[in-house]
Amino acid sequence: MAAFPAVLQSEWTKVRSIRSTVWTLVTTFLIVVAMGFAISLLTRLNFAQFTEHDRNPFDATNTSLSGIALGELAIVVFGVLAVGNEYASGMIRVSLAAVPQRGVLMGAKTAVLGVLALAVSLVTVFVAFFVGQVALGRYNTDLGRPNVLRAVFGAGCYLTLLCLFSIGVTMMLRSQVLSLGILIPFFFLVSPILSIVPVVKNVVRYFPDRAGSAALQVVPTGDHPYGPWTGLAICAAWAAAALIGGYLVLKHRDA
Amino acid sequence: MIELHHLTKRYGDKLAVDDLSFRIPEGVVTGFLGPNGAGKSTTMRMILDLDRPTAGEVTIDGRRYADVQDPLREIGALLEAKGAHPGRTAYDHLLWMAQSNRIPRERVDQVLDLVGLTAVAKKRARGFSLGMGQRLGIAAALLGDPKILMFDEPVNGLDPEGIVWIRRLMKSLAAEGRTVFVSSHLMSEMALTADHLVVIGRGRLLADLPMAEFIRQNSRSSVRLRTPQPEQLLDALRGAGLSPRPGPDGSWEVTDGDPVLLGDLAAAHGVTLHELSPQQASLEDAFMQMTADSVEYRTDIPGAAATPAPQPAWGSGWDTRQAGKES
Ligand SMILES: Nc1ncnc2c1ncn2[C@@H]1O[C@H](COP(=O)(O)OP(=O)(O)O)[C@@H](O)[C@H]1O
Ligand SMILES: [Mg+2]
Repeated sequence: MAAFPAVLQSEWTKVRSIRSTVWTLVTTFLIVVAMGFAISLLTRLNFAQFTEHDRNPFDATNTSLSGIALGELAIVVFGVLAVGNEYASGMIRVSLAAVPQRGVLMGAKTAVLGVLALAVSLVTVFVAFFVGQVALGRYNTDLGRPNVLRAVFGAGCYLTLLCLFSIGVTMMLRSQVLSLGILIPFFFLVSPILSIVPVVKNVVRYFPDRAGSAALQVVPTGDHPYGPWTGLAICAAWAAAALIGGYLVLKHRDA
Repeated sequence: MIELHHLTKRYGDKLAVDDLSFRIPEGVVTGFLGPNGAGKSTTMRMILDLDRPTAGEVTIDGRRYADVQDPLREIGALLEAKGAHPGRTAYDHLLWMAQSNRIPRERVDQVLDLVGLTAVAKKRARGFSLGMGQRLGIAAALLGDPKILMFDEPVNGLDPEGIVWIRRLMKSLAAEGRTVFVSSHLMSEMALTADHLVVIGRGRLLADLPMAEFIRQNSRSSVRLRTPQPEQLLDALRGAGLSPRPGPDGSWEVTDGDPVLLGDLAAAHGVTLHELSPQQASLEDAFMQMTADSVEYRTDIPGAAATPAPQPAWGSGWDTRQAGKES
């Protein structure tokens, strides 16, 4: 048996030694923070206009985290590339020759990528929150208000879970091109568009990104028939299902 | 010792490896020879448990590969696919491998030095030439200082200098007492490096014997005779107790014949000779003959005029090869 701590160390070396994967994390941070700042600033400058049609009270937390709508794609790309590059380069065979216990390899890889994604996500959402509150000026909120800390922390978990979901999907599809070709349109187009189509809307609510984003709201919008933690749990269930699927594929298919 | 027991692999309808059983002898270079598509790479992948056998199994000192503790310390392999991510440096590629099997970091520098890549250790693999990529793959195989090494077609695409380097390396590895298992589709390559030979065709075992034995069995010489008076020649030869067999283009061949005696014999019977030439069957020819029935896509189809570039039939190339000697 390969030793698990040794494989963790090896997986850490893998992820830090490729620029493109490191850059997807930097991009996640930049997009979420910059977009959150820009939208928060625009909101302050045009506050009356922006909020006149809102049925709900203004959600300063959610506004500062607006960048997640785009930034989540970057962390999905990170998950896909970090796993998929092994298939694209034929390296998966070298990895499995070094660590033939496929569960150990996948466990270590998922743990390293998951912890890294969580760390980057948490830093990203907290920075975005504080920068956004500065930009919102007098409309801002703070972590001491009810549900605000939960929403910011939930946003970090949400990004991490989407990353884990992408890792599982890529392990099932064993191709980064295919995975990106499915996941990006899914999160960027299919899910947002279907979520406003009356008939399917009730189903789309349970899609990973829709469900997970419930955790980001301080002021419930009424889009979700469940609470923020349940939403996050639904998102986690998707991630777990994808990872189990990925494990079964890795376990049983020829490399 | 690596042992294959009735190893079989089927990809859909395609039987890639068919009931293969043999042992890889220890401490020598074993050539794993077969035409393209014979199943060499598939067999090697199954030894490493990358592809799962449809039937049969491989054991390494009695264990399955997946049960070997820190396998890179026991078996080093260079596979068909390059296996290094283009965006990672040579050093980092070897580093993650070393870490996964608890191999000391110093060993990374050692193997880089051994294959002559120290100067480009911090360069990303995307900029590597084919030869450098191959050296990196070999460094990875040597990383754990394993007693068994496996190379899948290591000289493919290399320049002559690289080929010589790999040949020397394999010999020196065996000289250190390591087991080297190397595949090739070229007999000539194996004849230079291998001590033992395993030949497969269409996934089936065709031969498993020491190289010296293969050479002894297959390097038969013969003498080719050509004459405008074939009847008289055949009578003369048969009268002398020889059994000529037809050669290419109406010539006749006598196995293990002596050109001096044959020339004298022809003269004594008043037979005019247009050719009297010693022939040496090459190992390549022997290999081609052995695997002729098992090559995937036969090129020596009858009615060769219709085919663009037919492979010379068994023995037909001798005329041209001998031409230089005669003049
Ligand atoms: N993953 C695969 N899927 C389907 N067929 C395969 C696969 N790998 C190899 N084959 C087929 O199995 C046969 C043996 O291939 P291979 O082991 O690569 O031969 P060799 O290395 O001797 O050239 C070939 O006919 C090849 O097309
Ligand atoms: Mg091959």
